[in-house]
Amino acid sequence: MAGERLLTTQKAIAEAIAQEMERDDRVFVMGEDIGAYGGIFGATDGLLAKFGPERIMDTPISEMGFIGAAVGAATEGMRPIAELMFVDFFGAAMDQIYNHMAKIHYMSGGRVKVPMVLMTAIGGSYSDAAQHSQSLYALFAHTPGIKIVIPSSPYDAKGLMIQAIRDDSPVMYFFHKGVLGLGWMTPNPRATGVVPEEPYTIPFGQADVKREGSDLTILTVALMVHRSLDAAEQLAEEGINAEVIDLRTLVPLDRETIVNSVKKTHRVVVVDEDYKSFGMSGELAAIVAEDALDYLDAPPKRLAVPDVPIPYSRPLEQYVIPTVDRIVAAARELVSG
Amino acid sequence: MGLSKETLLNLYDTMVKIRTFEERVGEMYYEGKLPAFDIAAGPIPGEMHLYSGQEAVATGVCANLQPDDPVTSTHRAHGHLIAKGEDLKKMMAEIFGKETGLSHGKGGHMHLFDPNLHFGCGGIVGGGIPQAVGAALAIKKRGEDRVAVSFFGDGAANIGAFHESLNLASIWRLPVVFVVEDNLYAISVPKSASTAVRSNAERGAAYGIPAVQVDGQDVLAVYEAAKEAIDRARRGEGPSLIEAVCYRFRGHFEGDPELYLAKGEKDKWKERDPINILGSQLKAQGLLTDAEAEAIQAKMTDLVAEAEAFARESPYPAPEEALEHLFA
Ligand SMILES: Cc1ncc(C[n+]2csc(CCOP(=O)(O)OP(=O)(O)O)c2C)c(N)n1
Repeated sequence: MAGERLLTTQKAIAEAIAQEMERDDRVFVMGEDIGAYGGIFGATDGLLAKFGPERIMDTPISEMGFIGAAVGAATEGMRPIAELMFVDFFGAAMDQIYNHMAKIHYMSGGRVKVPMVLMTAIGGSYSDAAQHSQSLYALFAHTPGIKIVIPSSPYDAKGLMIQAIRDDSPVMYFFHKGVLGLGWMTPNPRATGVVPEEPYTIPFGQADVKREGSDLTILTVALMVHRSLDAAEQLAEEGINAEVIDLRTLVPLDRETIVNSVKKTHRVVVVDEDYKSFGMSGELAAIVAEDALDYLDAPPKRLAVPDVPIPYSRPLEQYVIPTVDRIVAAARELVSG
Repeated sequence: MGLSKETLLNLYDTMVKIRTFEERVGEMYYEGKLPAFDIAAGPIPGEMHLYSGQEAVATGVCANLQPDDPVTSTHRAHGHLIAKGEDLKKMMAEIFGKETGLSHGKGGHMHLFDPNLHFGCGGIVGGGIPQAVGAALAIKKRGEDRVAVSFFGDGAANIGAFHESLNLASIWRLPVVFVVEDNLYAISVPKSASTAVRSNAERGAAYGIPAVQVDGQDVLAVYEAAKEAIDRARRGEGPSLIEAVCYRFRGHFEGDPELYLAKGEKDKWKERDPINILGSQLKAQGLLTDAEAEAIQAKMTDLVAEAEAFARESPYPAPEEALEHLFA
């Protein structure tokens, strides 16, 4: 049966882009090594053969140029997808992203639309060190005007990508290298799943309760969803029932699901692969404090990168990126403490 | 050009040293990763960009430098750092992520730093180019005769940092030499598809900078061009650009399927191996015998083996050290 087909997250992304390109000839892709190579992380795998170099455009290493060009093409009514190979390379293009892509619609009083997708790889845990392992979604969620999408499963990856391409606002689409199901990354069974063949969308701003629980709420995204689910399984053996919520989009944020869950469990831990200070974990803790303070039995806990760059050496990196063991320990402390 | 026998043999030694180091790293990289390649596994995890094939460029340029001449490099930095004179043990230990490495395991293969050699590099394409300009600015402000060198690839010549840096270096007449290593590709994208001019040497003119193209497989050609540019900078006559046309003998990174290469292309380039080119020249001039060449190879194999043993035996940093070194 068609609905039972299994795909990796990477293949689901490439399929979503292909289906939208077939449906809408305004959609095209620009980026480094997205043509013959198929994208370093496979997001455009097979697309050059299908659509040719006019629509699958390999670019020079000119991030400001081609991301700015995506902004300009979008304002002229095209629907470009630009790939920033690793989010860490944002610096070369930040003006176009932060000051133009994000703000043109607002500055024009709503008269100029920027319907583009900027997709990019995030995440570490494979010793690629400080300039190739960051998550940084909070940096982009911080500036008003960019929708922030972070899939963790093949099903979500496809539906959210199609939604992103059809959205009339700029969307940043972050794929974590560890959830893609790439043959050269650490194997991850959760990176393969059932993906319907026909196109479908998933609305932004709807968190997914991945696992229901009564003792605490774990709020998270990307690879940390997988680690939190693994942690929840271990916790269940100890009689602790964790509710795991995959936020899926940070902008817009599903505040209601977060708050309702915390009202039910009375405890919350945020698991975040981004830096700790001034980021997602602080934002979510603040929302819980604003809307559910009276329901809390304990202060919110935050597991995030402790405000240092991602170090290279394996034991150092494992110390800064949340692991299953530390999620379990934090949950245990929260429930018993 | 009338180089001394000593200089010529040093060039040869350095190239063999780089090649031996790179090929051994390339072997060890796959330890623990196979059969299903897992980039996170083994004693050397993460990405790995090796320099084999391009040795003549680093060697020919750095032979004209002093230890206190600043050098900025790229993600493909091992060759530059070895040519600058780094201790292989500390380098190898860093690549293994060990406490005894150049940066106590914080930096790794793409982020090698040594203040004693005024050397830095990084994983962001183009990132080192403005920093070489800044190093040259510091030199000029102090009235010193040092010179800064930035190595980068043909791909990096399409990023804004390159163009801004050339202009700054020119208007400030700074002692800096830009070395473009044109190995024909930026990962899979051929230079012909990414670059508006045939040679990046042509771009010098746009910024009023003297620029030449040289055969990057020929260490003597590189040496000569670098000497001229570096001498000019030391005399206070401003920046230069050198485009060295070369070829990488391995993938962009280890694990690169290299589907973008034309059939037989690499083999053809391997016929112009920079080590063999110099080796044949030296032998023809009676400056090197086969036995001496073998002895040099054996010496470098030993040096690399010592570095490997040191790296393997060294301890990992303690996990909590991750929190150290954020601020000065
Ligand atoms: C700003 C930025 N963009 C993209 C990349 C990804 N990337 C790493 S190396 C590379 C190709 C570099 O080509 P080149 O400068 O010619 O050097 P080579 O790898 O050939 O030595 C690319 C695109 C990066 N590291 N930084």
